[in-house]
Amino acid sequence: MDKLAFDVAHFLAGSLVLVSLMLLYQDRLSALLNVFAFQAVVLALSVAWQAYVQDAPHLYLTAAIALSVKAIIIPVALHRMIRRLGIHREVETAVNIGPTMLGGLGLVALSMVVILRVTAEADMYAREDLAFALSVVLLGLLMMVTRRNAVSQVVGFMSLENGLILAATGAKGMPFVVEISVAFSVLVAFIVIGVFLFRIRERFDSVDLQAMDDFRGERR
Amino acid sequence: MIDMLLINGFSIQISQMLLVLLFSPLLTGLVRKVKARLLRRQGPPLLQPYRDLIRLARKEAVVAESASWLFRIVPYIVFAATWVAAALIPTFATGLLFSWSADLIVIIALLGSARFFLALAGMDVGTSFGGIGSSREAMIATLAEPALIMIVFTIALVAGSTQLSTVANIMLAGVGLRVSLGMALFALVIVALAENARMPVDNPATHLELTMVHEAMVLEYSGRHLALLELASAIKLLLYCSLIACVFVPWGLAPAGAPLHVHLIGAAVYIGKIGIAGCLLAIFETLIAKMRVFRVPDFLGAALMLGFLGTLLLFVSRSL
Repeated sequence: MDKLAFDVAHFLAGSLVLVSLMLLYQDRLSALLNVFAFQAVVLALSVAWQAYVQDAPHLYLTAAIALSVKAIIIPVALHRMIRRLGIHREVETAVNIGPTMLGGLGLVALSMVVILRVTAEADMYAREDLAFALSVVLLGLLMMVTRRNAVSQVVGFMSLENGLILAATGAKGMPFVVEISVAFSVLVAFIVIGVFLFRIRERFDSVDLQAMDDFRGERR
Repeated sequence: MIDMLLINGFSIQISQMLLVLLFSPLLTGLVRKVKARLLRRQGPPLLQPYRDLIRLARKEAVVAESASWLFRIVPYIVFAATWVAAALIPTFATGLLFSWSADLIVIIALLGSARFFLALAGMDVGTSFGGIGSSREAMIATLAEPALIMIVFTIALVAGSTQLSTVANIMLAGVGLRVSLGMALFALVIVALAENARMPVDNPATHLELTMVHEAMVLEYSGRHLALLELASAIKLLLYCSLIACVFVPWGLAPAGAPLHVHLIGAAVYIGKIGIAGCLLAIFETLIAKMRVFRVPDFLGAALMLGFLGTLLLFVSRSL
């Protein structure tokens, strides 16, 4: 039973890393949002399994929040947003998928090496979740760095936050208040970013952040 | 007693090699038939590939004036390497005589050398089509082979061996829920599609010069040479189906030293598995459109990534 429980936790957390890499692979915005919603579903399943394994009922609530907010509300809102911005069929041309994927794999390897060294005495589940969570966080950061479209950067930020939730649930005894406040701060950040997206578009007629750099006189 | 075992292993090995040789054109015919039926066409009869092979073998082999000796021997090298590689994969029984002398990495090396010689032959005559085909094949190979090696590492880490008979036995015994194995299966399917020049990478039914890869390399061949190359590619398709079946659905494989009727059941199960694989391949090829050649690296890169990620995840779960 314990072996199977661990295998399932490994399966779900590993799938989360895989979906994060799939996010890097997508160059169409609407496909990107669909994969992001799928990532939230995997996250919710993973958190729910942790709740079952750790016998911590409040984690079920975290899973429910992840499922409702991140898998339904935010993707639907983003879908409507890119439709209103008129960029839902846009293909991101600035991404070079091959090197980005290689960089992503390097980050995954790095986070596993680091976490497994650092947390030698910790609990089995916590170690594994921390290793996977750090790679999800780093992949989200990589996504924010490599993309030029503001909506893709928002998705990168949200997927980074998914990694944080995974880390928080793997560690036993994380207070529920912290998780709630993280979830709501992300929601607030999402609203603020949404407002800003439209402001950026008003000013520059585009959500390509290159335009902002040009405006500030920065040279790349 | 030892003699008895030796004779047993030998007869199993010979019968499995003959089975692969005789059965592979039928799989090609099955895939073509199912694809045609899905498009509401009648399609050629199931035995058409055999007739094609016999017809080609009877015809005169025309060799270009500028061809060197390499051009003539490449079909035999390719056929031999592919057939030996196929002989190493347990199809219906694990007690193969050859399997103790070679493992999965040898199979990859055999297929790789077959591809190397085929690419050389494509460039040998000096026509532009052969050159295009060879360069594209080399591009696909540079991504498919590392991906295949990563898949082998993943499987070897789970099973603790690269020996296919041992791997099949361990998979039969059960290894629990492994996300890495799922990734390896997915990556292996992608690699198999690319290596066999199947649909999203190359269209096996066309001779359109802009897109063809495998057909461009063998364009200059005729007669018995072409028959051998066609048979080799049919065997290669069967080989990949058998490899997937052997590692991921090993149920029904007859263990070493089992009585005759177990082997017969194993053979029947094997033919059923390959039939299902052929139908799935045909359905997949009907559903999907061919990719642009320059999209292929992304497609194969996904396989490489999956294989690598599978290995990484296994390292995490093993070091805990």
